Amino acid sequence: MIPLSWYLIFSAALFSIGLFGVLTRRNLIAILLGVELMLNAVNVNLVAFWRYGDVHNIAGQAFAIIVFAVAAAEVSVGLALVISVYRKRNTVIADEIDILKW
Amino acid sequence: MTVDQIIFLIAAASTLFAAFSVVTTGNLIRAAFWLIGALFGVAVIFAILHASFLAVVQVVVYVGAIAILFIFAVMLTRKDMRDQGAQLNRNWKFGAFLSALVFAGLFFLLRGWGGVSKTAAAFPSDFDAVAELGGALVSPDAYVLPFEVASVLLVAALVGAVYVAYNHK
Repeated sequence: MIPLSWYLIFSAALFSIGLFGVLTRRNLIAILLGVELMLNAVNVNLVAFWRYGDVHNIAGQAFAIIVFAVAAAEVSVGLALVISVYRKRNTVIADEIDILKW
Repeated sequence: MTVDQIIFLIAAASTLFAAFSVVTTGNLIRAAFWLIGALFGVAVIFAILHASFLAVVQVVVYVGAIAILFIFAVMLTRKDMRDQGAQLNRNWKFGAFLSALVFAGLFFLLRGWGGVSKTAAAFPSDFDAVAELGGALVSPDAYVLPFEVASVLLVAALVGAVYVAYNHK
């Protein structure tokens, strides 16, 4: 049998890799890719705790479904913003988008 | 080492490798394809955890919709598929340090927690997780309200995405 710690360490590593991408990438789309990795890491944790706790309590899976919906909403609005910014500024580099900076 | 441990290790290692490629590769189209690989790896992990419905949803929603959306966004935002200049910003060393610190923090937190070496009880053979989940999502005693709120959120995101990306000219 697989101990619970394997899933938790795997998901911590996936989360950290995603965090690295969010903190260091210059391209807006690449930042959103990192956010997707972090959301997946959270889902692995939720499902692992459901499986290793009481499987009759379905809360872990229901939470994961909600995370799926939020991730889909986040990525659609995020990419729409990226495309809109690209139309106005002709760039997708996060450093160069300083419209709000005075 | 049992068979499921070996399957888990292969899936986890390839997922982590794909995830690392997502955040380091220069070509964004390749990064999006590596993301598909990482998402498939997570779907395999869900299947190992007996969350069959979530494994299918992971493939349908993430690989089928979100990854395709990323690829379209990459194609819409560049004239040249190759990337010029640095892909990482000036503070990438600090970012690497911070993410390593988060991993180390989580690792030591887990080591100090007693329930971490727990192994799962055998999956009850008469338990239908898919039916249970479907019932819970529409039952007033369980999660019908969060489920409906999530639907409203998706509609709002749909309308918002169309409005934001619309060409107002």
